[in-house]
Amino acid sequence: MDLILVNVIDGLVYGLLLFMLSAGLTLIFSMMGVLNFAHASFYMLGAYFAYQISLYLGFWVGLLIAPIVVGVMGAGVERYGLRRVHKYGHVPELIFTFGLALLIEELVQFLWGNNQMAYFEPEVLKFALFSVGDNAVAAYKIFMIFVSMGIFLALLYVLTRTRVGMVIQAALSYPHTVEALGHNVPMVFMGVFGVGTALAGLAGVIAGPMLGTFPGMAIMLGSIVFVTIVIGGLGSLWGALVASLLIGWMTTFAAASSFQFADILLAIGMERPDDMSESYIRDLWTMTLPQIGPILPYILMVLILVIRPHGLFGKRDA
Amino acid sequence: MRNTTKFGLSAALALTVSATAAFAENIKIAFIDPLSGPFATTGTQGLAEYNFAAENLVNAEGGVLGGRNFEIVSFDNKMSGKESLVQLQVAIDQGIHFIVQGNSSGIAHALTDAIKKHNKRNPDSRVLFLNYAAVDPALTNDKCNFWHFRFDANADIKMDALTDVMAEDPSLKKVYLIGQDYSFGKAVAAAAVSNLEAKRPDVEIVGNELHPIGKVKDFTPYARKIVASGADAVITGNWGSDMVGLGKAIVEAGFKGPIYTYYAASNGITRTIGAAGIGTINVVQEGAYNPPASDRAAAYVEAFEAKYPDHDISQARIANVIEMLARAIEEAGSADDMVAIANALESMEHDSIWGGKLFMRPQDHQLIQNVHVAEHTDEGIRFKLDNSPYGLLTKNTVEMAGMDSATTCKMKRP
Repeated sequence: MDLILVNVIDGLVYGLLLFMLSAGLTLIFSMMGVLNFAHASFYMLGAYFAYQISLYLGFWVGLLIAPIVVGVMGAGVERYGLRRVHKYGHVPELIFTFGLALLIEELVQFLWGNNQMAYFEPEVLKFALFSVGDNAVAAYKIFMIFVSMGIFLALLYVLTRTRVGMVIQAALSYPHTVEALGHNVPMVFMGVFGVGTALAGLAGVIAGPMLGTFPGMAIMLGSIVFVTIVIGGLGSLWGALVASLLIGWMTTFAAASSFQFADILLAIGMERPDDMSESYIRDLWTMTLPQIGPILPYILMVLILVIRPHGLFGKRDA
Repeated sequence: MRNTTKFGLSAALALTVSATAAFAENIKIAFIDPLSGPFATTGTQGLAEYNFAAENLVNAEGGVLGGRNFEIVSFDNKMSGKESLVQLQVAIDQGIHFIVQGNSSGIAHALTDAIKKHNKRNPDSRVLFLNYAAVDPALTNDKCNFWHFRFDANADIKMDALTDVMAEDPSLKKVYLIGQDYSFGKAVAAAAVSNLEAKRPDVEIVGNELHPIGKVKDFTPYARKIVASGADAVITGNWGSDMVGLGKAIVEAGFKGPIYTYYAASNGITRTIGAAGIGTINVVQEGAYNPPASDRAAAYVEAFEAKYPDHDISQARIANVIEMLARAIEEAGSADDMVAIANALESMEHDSIWGGKLFMRPQDHQLIQNVHVAEHTDEGIRFKLDNSPYGLLTKNTVEMAGMDSATTCKMKRP
């Protein structure tokens, strides 16, 4: 029972982290129809910038400044890169963001090297807030939960309750009409891209100390973020939230379980073969749920694409 | 007209050929390991150590065979078996005869197979495989071959040393095993189970688990299970980012007991684990840095850290590989006759720069050497790791570990 409770908390932390990444990506996609392959690279940049700033000014200044720097860079990429490529169609845009991802990874390796950076949580949050059974829950994790929840509520408020949000939503579906009404749609696009990348940067700032700040961190989360927005439905903020939490809990519980597939085989009346190498399903006999945990989100994505191609909350096909 | 061109071309060709022959040609060593991706840290560290060892232990001493220098040529295998075989072929095509690789026993298996076949089919361009870190015991047992030499103590030998230390702890009741899901991780788990059964039958193994290698983003769920299992100690063979993540998660989850590891040092691991690792992290290794074995060893580490401030000497055996290879080439009197060099390496006895003797066991090509268990601490540390206050302090030493260990190797000699 204790273990279930800590897993709920851990899964929530991981899920909300995924949400911060996927929220920006899904917004960018729904506006511009661009799948930004470099999105996770902005997440990595956030962590590295925050690390660099924290060396001189401490963690909290890094938390404030690094996402802004990343956001400004993102806006710059949209203004001077994507916008120029846009007129050649979607494929050049994809290739552009893909190249950007490679470029950023090389740049990070060039500037900071291959080693994991000594980027840690601030001293004030470096204690176990409470324990469930013997398992300690770090204060920093609770802090992460609050930051991400705050971001979600702020985004929801801006998108649904403010004038800016209305313009963005309108520009999503009828960009030409909105432009004819006198709004600067390219400016809105640039803003959304900037905010989306800033969110990814913020995710990097707070995930860096927990998951490690190293050049492979973008690749590690890159593919799972795409899975999240496909499951949640492209362009849907709620979808991104639900899918992120789903994936967070699914992978956490899978990794924490000790379920063996041999149990099913025994339950349906099969006998464990003495010589495994003779058995056609020897992999099934030795497989455990934690081993296949990381591929569960991908299986879910395939199922979603088959059953409900527009995702859980999406309004159009993926 | 045409004849003059032909003549000019062949003259130019002849000139270049004789020009290269006139200079003492470098002896090239192909370094095939991950230099990008999640395990790049480990690869670049090894590369730095190889470059430094070749430069300082061989080239600065006047080279081998009367002035020929060692040159390390790096190949990025991206941690993939397929890519490693491609890079092996590229290295062979470049006329390189010496292959060093170490990260991942899975890749070492692929390479040793490929090299065995290559040497059989191409007796004129044979290559040697100097394995400096892949420690799956099978490589010097069932899968052994004449061209493969292992310079690290294998997983069984290391586990033997680790469990010797663990067996002395009377409070030890429950042990949790966790490792990466591939040949090496499985070998570590099997060795731990058999050693603990033999030395401490009263100890219960409360968990024996493998996780996907290089794929786990957050190790917290695994750490939760370990804490919930009530284990007193953890054994893991994890390396690279998998070790950083696991070590950090276990300590953060409130685990207080010792963690016995193979590779929990340097590459950012020491710094990340930091103060939490004192009294917790134990590492079994073949090199001893604190206290240093000799003035020569201390000077070597100091010179390395001056040249590569961002790296550490974390794989002491790399110096052994270079020194022993240089000796074997001298003894064989040739850098091209692989059979003679392999014969010279076989049963070579060498005084290691790290103290103690080295002996290349001829029956399976496993290097026999002293194995140490060291603890992560900030006291009595002369050579720190990761530019942090922490380092490894040698606690126990097993002299010539595994000297009499059995092997199933049936070596076929050419």
